[in-house]
Formats: sequence, C-alpha cells, structure tokens
Amino acid sequence: MIPTLFGVAVLIFLLLRVLPGDIVELKYAGTGSYAPKEALARERAQLGLDQPIWKQFITWIVGIPRLDFGQSMWTGQPITHEIGIRLELSIELALMATFIAVLISVPLGIIAAVRQDTWVDYVVRVFSIAGLAVPSFWLGIIIILTFVIYFRWLPPLIFTSFWVDPKQNLLQLIWPALAVGYRYSAVATRMTRSTILEILREDYIRTARAKGLWERAVLVRHALKNALLPIITVIGLEFAFLVGGLVVTEQVFNLNGIGKLFVEAISQRDYTMVQSLVLLTSFVFIFVNFITDLVNAWLDPRIRYQ
Amino acid sequence: MSQVSNITAELVLGGTSVNGWVRVALRFARQRPLGAVGAMIILIMVFMAVLAEVLSSFNPLAADYGAMLQAPSTAHWLGTDSFGRDVLSRIVYGSRTALWVGFAASFLGATLGTIIGVASAYFGGKIDLITQRLMDMLLSFPLIVLALVVVSVIGTGITNVVLAIMVPMIPRCALVLRSCALSLREMPFVEASRALGTGHVRIIFRHMMPNVVAPYLIMLTAFLGQAILLEASLSFLGLGMSVPIAAWGLMLRGAAVEFAERAPWMALFPGLAISLAVFAFNIFGDSLRDALDPKLRMP
Repeated sequence: MIPTLFGVAVLIFLLLRVLPGDIVELKYAGTGSYAPKEALARERAQLGLDQPIWKQFITWIVGIPRLDFGQSMWTGQPITHEIGIRLELSIELALMATFIAVLISVPLGIIAAVRQDTWVDYVVRVFSIAGLAVPSFWLGIIIILTFVIYFRWLPPLIFTSFWVDPKQNLLQLIWPALAVGYRYSAVATRMTRSTILEILREDYIRTARAKGLWERAVLVRHALKNALLPIITVIGLEFAFLVGGLVVTEQVFNLNGIGKLFVEAISQRDYTMVQSLVLLTSFVFIFVNFITDLVNAWLDPRIRYQ
Repeated sequence: MSQVSNITAELVLGGTSVNGWVRVALRFARQRPLGAVGAMIILIMVFMAVLAEVLSSFNPLAADYGAMLQAPSTAHWLGTDSFGRDVLSRIVYGSRTALWVGFAASFLGATLGTIIGVASAYFGGKIDLITQRLMDMLLSFPLIVLALVVVSVIGTGITNVVLAIMVPMIPRCALVLRSCALSLREMPFVEASRALGTGHVRIIFRHMMPNVVAPYLIMLTAFLGQAILLEASLSFLGLGMSVPIAAWGLMLRGAAVEFAERAPWMALFPGLAISLAVFAFNIFGDSLRDALDPKLRMP
C-alpha cells in the first residue's frame, strides 16, 4: 500500500515537472498587465519554485503524513483547506451514487438471472449495456432539461449541507447521484446476474427446492447470500473509481466538489493541486480495496481461515 | 468448443480470401445477432465518416447568423445551434473525429500494452516484477483521471487526446496479455527458438505475439467504445478537441446547456450519437469476445 502510493507520488511529481511553461507567467499573462521580473521572482520564491526539484519533492512528501499538501499555485490557499471544503459534497454524492447503483443492480440482476433468456432478461441486459454507453454528463443534461421544461425547476446554485437542511440537500444531490449511479449499476447488474446464474446451478439450491422451501427463501437466503462476495467486490471497485464519474457530473450540475476542483486545477496548470488530487484518488482506490477485502473476510469465514 | 476454435482459426489464419471473410462474417451474424447489429451500426458510422462531404449539405464549421437556434425542419433535419450551424452535419463530421480518435487510441494502447505484457511475461523475474508494479500504479486511477493528467502534461488537440486516451489503456491490456503469454513462455517452440539462438526481440514479435492475436483483438474492440466515450468526456470538459473541430463532446459543451430550454435538440442529438456509437462498439466487442475466447469472459 505505502510503496504503491510512494511510487504514484514520484511518478506524478516528475511527470508534472517535465512540462514546459511556468504557472507564474501564465498567471500574469491572464491578467494582461505588465509584470516586472522581480515580481515574478518573488512569486516563484513564495511558491518554492526556485528550489531544485528534489528539494521541492521532499518538502511535499514530508508534509503529506501531516496532511499538509502545500499550497495551491493558483489561489495560494493551503490545498488541505481547498480539498476540505469540497470533500463533504463529493463523498456524499459518491455514497448516494453507490447506494443507487446497488438499489438498481441487485434486484435487476436477480430478476434477470431467475428469468434467464426471457424478454425480462433481455430488457435488463440492454438496460445495463446502455448504462455503460450513455455518457453520465449527457444523462445529467437531459435530467436538467426535463426539469426545466416540464417543471420549471432549476438546480440551486448554492450547495446546502446535509447537516443544515437534509431535505434540501438530498433533493439537490439525488439527480447527479442518479446520473452517476445508473452508469455504475451496469457492471454490478451483469455481475449479479452471472453470479446468481452460476449459484442457481449448485447442488444446495436443488436441495433447498427439493425440501419444499419457498422460492423467495431459496433466492434470498441461499442464492443471494452466496452471491454477495463477488457483488461486494465489484461495488467496492466501482466506488473506488467513482471519482472518475464525479469529474464530469459535477461539471454538469455545477457542483463545487473534488471533481470540479480537479478539472479546474488541470486547466489552470495548478501542479501542486493536481499532484495532490491524483495522490488522493490513488489513496482512495487502494484504501477502498483494502476495506473490501476486510469486509469479504468478515462475511466469509473461508477467506479468514486461509 | 470445436466451433469456437474454428472461428478463431478462420479469423486468424483462414480469413485471407474475400470469400473466407464473408463466410466468417455470415457465421458470426447468425450466431451472434446482437453483435451483428453492433457491427451494422459501426459500418454505418464508418460510411458516414468517410462520405461526410457528400452526405452533409452544410459546412459543419460555418456560422450562419440568419439561421440560429432553428428547430428541426426539412432544411435542417436536426435543427441548428446557437451559431446557426447544422446539427446533423456536425454530427456526421463528428463521427470522423470520434472514429479516428477511437481507433487510433485503441490501436496504439492495445498494441503497446500487448508488447509490454508479452515482453514482461517472456523476461520474467525482476523485469516482470518492476513492470507489474508500474502497471499496478497506473491501474489505481480511473480512466478519465489518468487521461486528464496526461492532457495536463502534453496539452489538448487531436494528437494529444489520442495519446491521453491511449495511456490508461496500456496497463489494462498489459495485465490481460501478460497472463495469456505466461503459459506461452514454457512452450517447446519458444524454448526451441531460444536454443537456436534467436534474439529476444524476434522471439517476442515473431513467435509469441502471433499466438496472442485473439486476446489482442478482444482488448482492442473492448477499448473502442470506452475510447470514444473518453474523447467525448474530455472534449465536454474543454480539455479535449480544440474548438474549430466538429466533435460530439464539444457540441454538448457551453451553448448546448445554456440554450437547452429554447433549443433542446442541440443537447439531445449529439448525446444520442455518442450513446449509440459506444453501445454498438460494446455489443460488438462482447460478441467478438464470446466468439473468439469464452474463457476471457468478463462479467
């Protein structure tokens, strides 16, 4: 875990330093005013850009365990602060999207497996393949469009925290969560379907049916319980990759979250911000994988004893 | 099983004559109707891209301020945008961008990934270990995050977007191809060529690579849809194609959202084009995978 993260840190740091162009000059070019050489030099010194690269790297890497990522090259604010104010929104959105994805994928996957090769199965399969094909930003635009045209409602511009007004907050986030969640339900639906199909051919399912158990009990108590592990693994993996979905969706719904910050940082060439966010993404991925393994071990004693 | 390997053999070795190709294609269509539908949509897209000049009666880039935000009509089948440009013509020309980026990025990504994966399996030991660690690192990013990082380093524009989309494809392909090539390494023909004194490069390219053509093709087609989607996303974020080019993602950016209420066709049709294209490539890729190698089946 730590070596991979360190590798990512080195890789991203070097990658962002090889590129030509200088943020300080870019910043002044944007204002259009004349900038004296001394001002440029002062700004560089303030951002630590006059130091040799290895020194810049050490400063950055030493700060990370103390949650000090340095300061944004664009706004000059500490990066921890910039990320901190946006984290709540993105985490909430990610959790809601995952929740929606589970809500869609598990029932659909089971129905498709039980009614294999009937029209129900085909509809579910086309629905899930379409989920992978429809861009979530376009789905977002269509959702907004529907609301504007039919309900004369515009998504509010200011984010309301869940702790301030839960209803307002959920109303605001449910639609972006749906746009992301639908896309992420696709893989989970297919996984659920194929796992349940496999399990329904097992001997113990035949036994359960032979002893006259309700079909619902067979499905929920025997089939679904055994299918949980691969489903949880897929959902964990998708949650880890959710940052990718947030990048475009937050743009559409004008939500000021981590994804939007990332896109802005890239267009402004804010290297310190980009490298910190990339490291954060990588950390989330590795951490969620770790948690998924733990959950799997907790659910399945066979994994624990190995 | 024999039928499956038959198709593989025909596709890889036997399909050299035109007749052979037609036979293989017909059998594929009969056995996998869904995949055939995907292939048809792809063919139509290719047709659209190649004949863009003939098919569209409007210049996709020329503004016409007398015809701004017009609803779909007989003149403008899918309406016009906020600059008076014909939406249908822009979609037709956009298919050119999408296909070019999709094919170029998938081809480069899958090829480089295959070379890295096969070489890593062939050399084994420390080289394999280091390569695997490096690939693991790259795999810990979502596709779009890695592509965005590459864009931030090399900039936007069509060539750079191809490179940016190619990079996240490499580790995914290398991972699968490495596991396919691992068993090849122990095969007598590899040992024999090594005993004959054949160089590493020649063994990898002439003896091992031809044996992983099936997984290579599968990865290549699996990427195509994703590459098109990724290009659209990057362009939508303003970090992909530069403005004068007609691209589906660009059409959904800015004005499409601003004027969504007055001119919903501006946002509706480009998105439909993206979805349909990705859908077609995905179902075609799935069917091709099932036909070529059921063992590689991913959920």
